Amino acid sequence: MNFDYEIIVVGGGHAGIEAAHISAFKGHKTALITINKKNIGDMPCNPAIGGTSKGVIVREIDALGGLMGVMADRSHFQIKMLNNSKGPAVRSLRCQADKVTYPKNMQEYLDKMPNLDVIEGMVEDLIINDNKVEGVILEDGKKITSKEVILTTGTYLKANILVGSENNPGGPHGERRSNHLSDNLAKNGITIQRLKTGTPQRIKASSIDFSKMQEEFGDERIWTFSHDYPATYKPSEQERCYLIYTNKNTHELILNNLDKSAMYGGYVTGVGPRYCPSIEDKLVRFKDKERHQLFLEPESLYYDDWYLQGFSTSMPRDIQDKMVHSLEGLENAVITKYAYAIEYDAIDPLQIKPSLENKVIENLFTAGQINGTSGYEEAAGQGIIAGINASLKLEDKEPLILKRSDAYIGVLIDDLVTKGTHEPYRMLTSRAEFRLVLRHDNADLRLREYAHEVGSISEEQYNNYLNRKNKIEECSNYLKDTKLKITSEVRKVFEDNNMVVPVITESFYDLLKRPEITLDFLSKFARIPYDDDIKEELEIITKYEGYIKKMNKEIEKFKKLEDKKIPEDIDYSKVGNLASEARQKLEKVRPVSIAQATRISGVNPSDISILSVYLKKEYGKDNE
Amino acid sequence: MNDTIAAISTNNIGVGAINIVRVSGEDAISIVEKIFSNKNFSSAESHTIHYGFIKDGNNVVDEVLVMLMRAPKTYTMEDVVEINCHGGYATTNKILELLLSNGARLAEPGEFTKKAYLNGRINLMEAEGVEDLIEAKTDLQSKMALNSLNGETTKLISNLREKMAQLLSNIEVNIDYPEYQDELQITKSNIRPVLSDIKIELDRIIKESENGILIKNGINIAIVGRPNVGKSSLLNTLIEEDKAIVTDISGTTRDIVEGQINYKGIVFNFIDTAGIRETSDVVEAIGVKKSIEEMNKADITILVLNSNEKLTKEDKELLESIKDKKAIIFLNKNDLDKNIDLDNINKPIIIGSTRNNVGINELKEEIIKEFNLIDMGSKDLTYLSNARQISLAKVALKDIKHVIEENDNDIPVDMLAIDIREAWENLGKVIGKYYEDELVDNIFARFCLGK
Repeated sequence: MNFDYEIIVVGGGHAGIEAAHISAFKGHKTALITINKKNIGDMPCNPAIGGTSKGVIVREIDALGGLMGVMADRSHFQIKMLNNSKGPAVRSLRCQADKVTYPKNMQEYLDKMPNLDVIEGMVEDLIINDNKVEGVILEDGKKITSKEVILTTGTYLKANILVGSENNPGGPHGERRSNHLSDNLAKNGITIQRLKTGTPQRIKASSIDFSKMQEEFGDERIWTFSHDYPATYKPSEQERCYLIYTNKNTHELILNNLDKSAMYGGYVTGVGPRYCPSIEDKLVRFKDKERHQLFLEPESLYYDDWYLQGFSTSMPRDIQDKMVHSLEGLENAVITKYAYAIEYDAIDPLQIKPSLENKVIENLFTAGQINGTSGYEEAAGQGIIAGINASLKLEDKEPLILKRSDAYIGVLIDDLVTKGTHEPYRMLTSRAEFRLVLRHDNADLRLREYAHEVGSISEEQYNNYLNRKNKIEECSNYLKDTKLKITSEVRKVFEDNNMVVPVITESFYDLLKRPEITLDFLSKFARIPYDDDIKEELEIITKYEGYIKKMNKEIEKFKKLEDKKIPEDIDYSKVGNLASEARQKLEKVRPVSIAQATRISGVNPSDISILSVYLKKEYGKDNE
Repeated sequence: MNDTIAAISTNNIGVGAINIVRVSGEDAISIVEKIFSNKNFSSAESHTIHYGFIKDGNNVVDEVLVMLMRAPKTYTMEDVVEINCHGGYATTNKILELLLSNGARLAEPGEFTKKAYLNGRINLMEAEGVEDLIEAKTDLQSKMALNSLNGETTKLISNLREKMAQLLSNIEVNIDYPEYQDELQITKSNIRPVLSDIKIELDRIIKESENGILIKNGINIAIVGRPNVGKSSLLNTLIEEDKAIVTDISGTTRDIVEGQINYKGIVFNFIDTAGIRETSDVVEAIGVKKSIEEMNKADITILVLNSNEKLTKEDKELLESIKDKKAIIFLNKNDLDKNIDLDNINKPIIIGSTRNNVGINELKEEIIKEFNLIDMGSKDLTYLSNARQISLAKVALKDIKHVIEENDNDIPVDMLAIDIREAWENLGKVIGKYYEDELVDNIFARFCLGK
């Protein structure tokens, strides 16, 4: 059979972009089908990329050869490192990305991408033969064939937009929704669930009184998400954001009108995310709290809408007007876009393999909100993995499955395919048990070898990583070789800085282990000829050596369990003595390893021991 | 896993009037059917009792009652058959042999309970409780074992974990939502008191649990002293004085335990200090070195001295050797003139006479006092009751102590969270519970966050 394409990606959001880009980069003839080319790379919700743990995901995407980091670097007007005052494991970048520049840069880049065709169209069905997908069918009946299909449909499946009691079928940005694709997936055995998310108001800049608000600045230090390209902005030219609070009047207004909210009026059936609650949710759940924090963030330098973070609601428009006007500085605010909730169809992620290929339909991959996640970064992280694995499948190679100890993306996908989700899933640092090794600063050290192996980065990108790795090694040796003799001058410097004077001559490396000593301080005694990022790496490695060693031990234990593979053809009905709930869950999830099995809720340690004994008996020593 | 196991479930073979042989597994009923005369048995309803004879070929082995219990409502959740036969070693063993030759496998110690656990009827903690209950020798022991079974211990540990989870979720919220100035900022000084509370509570649980272990296993007591000070008469007085002599000395302790008594619900094991049963050959007296070895096996030492005589070189050496140990001095022979001179002794001294039965009760009380077990009988005995649980709790305690230290060293809270989390996980393992999502749920239940 002759296929039109090797890979078709349906949807031009953050997941679709990464999937299509990596597939084309790897030399596969790729089509990206989207309803409207102009909306590729669109940011329909908050004007930010990154954030706690999400910023690390962006760096991971970049390490794997993705676009999000580079494009964010070229499109933001403010960037800062979150948690800079805390430990290294939890630092994460966030930028305010321009909602005009980001999609524009993205579209221009994709336009020039070899092997990639961007096609406008609404996909309403799949071509499926023998449980294998062989292409897509557009709403006009036109068929486009391909060996693999990646669905990244975001919130567009049977989407409803809700404002108060108004319920309008349609996707974000006034785009049409897909009416039939999710039904057609269901017909082929895929379980569909209904999810909900929301977005707050946009306010006209000229109607805001900023003088009453607290300013929020970007960092003075220069940062980039990208591992390969230098920054293109000046720290002094960054835009500001603002912090405000709700007050008594706001609360009264909302509580008196709860019955009009789509959420509380019972108009929404989808399950919303707990971490992204509407303001009415927050008030009902936390009655005693006198005020709630809100942020005003500019959406773009090219139009004057400001995004009112924290004020997401499904109240009718007249109430929203009053709510916004009750806020300090927004007394005369003009709402350019009202807050709304959106309901959409997603699939049950328990039907996906860790490679992101579907278990029911072969050669079908999914990524992003269709898998039950939320957030641009979570979507892009899955997108690049789906793109890589669809390509690897074409190349007849093993899929790239990142472990929980490799990357946040690994945690994300493992959580999805092991535990499933009934609300949009957001990444949190607390979800990553090995977060101390999953840092923003070592994403390249963790992932570029994998990327090189699967061919998702250029030689140049690989060399950038090797250079940095060598530099870190060199710097480490340099610090070990450089000794600090305790002369009277040295003594004085320590004393002047209220620090304990070392008793004997010690290497810089050993001195750096002390909590209070930084490389910046040590450079008072000798020049340390390395870049900031190299020095940062060394400070982390030395200061937290004990913790890192401890975590590495944990990882070793974890990997041993990961290596206990469960054969794909295992028949759980033949494993005697399993508790019936465990049997059902194992049957549904079909974990690839004992480690994954232990993470399934409802599968108890006793079930794991029974399973281990069975594997040993049936499949011999390899599975011990 | 699926095979059928059999074992004699009653203890003291040859002593009681009735013994029970238990069979569990898929083939339990069909195996028994082969050796049982009652032919209605295998088709009978579950949870019924059947009369008949166990036969070896044509020979009748015993007249029995057989209980039939079909899966899943049985101890192991498998088919279980219990044969009530007449006591007597030969008969009971013959029945077991017949079962084994007809396809059952001899059960390993604790295997019925293990099956109950593996088949999901009881959790790990309960399984351990069952083991303890079976081995319980005194009321206190069985009370403790029952507590473990009904989840009292679980509650205690859960409360502690809840405190840790709250601390962790506070830290996590600060990490995941750094821009939320409204939430309590976690600092070095505001987590210190919480950590120290957790440490104290955990410390208490471990200490009391170790006492619990003493209740469970008994206190091992070494009686030492040079020859002729009255060690053996002290032992005899202690043992004979108490009518509740524990005669059933199990397995490994048999070799080293010379006698047991049950005093106020606590078992005293007098360990066999070489030479305590002094033979006529008094010349072959035990050396100090040998005594020290024995003290090391014991939880507490009773050093017997003769008040009638001045301290000898050997006495002094023994006094020196108990310096850093838990020990009580028993000053014997107070019915005779006092010639002994004891200075600077930091151990409790009980003055008495084995001949006149003086000071014996005081000695027992002192032992109880040394282990803070005085009100044990009236206390709620909700403790970790085995070594696995205690060692996990100790690891958790070590983690918490480390956290406190590191907190004082200005290590950032997100690093501290690693050890707090480990402690929280270890306590989770104690009660057989450890879900990753617990923490995430906690965060969302307690904080108001989000865009």
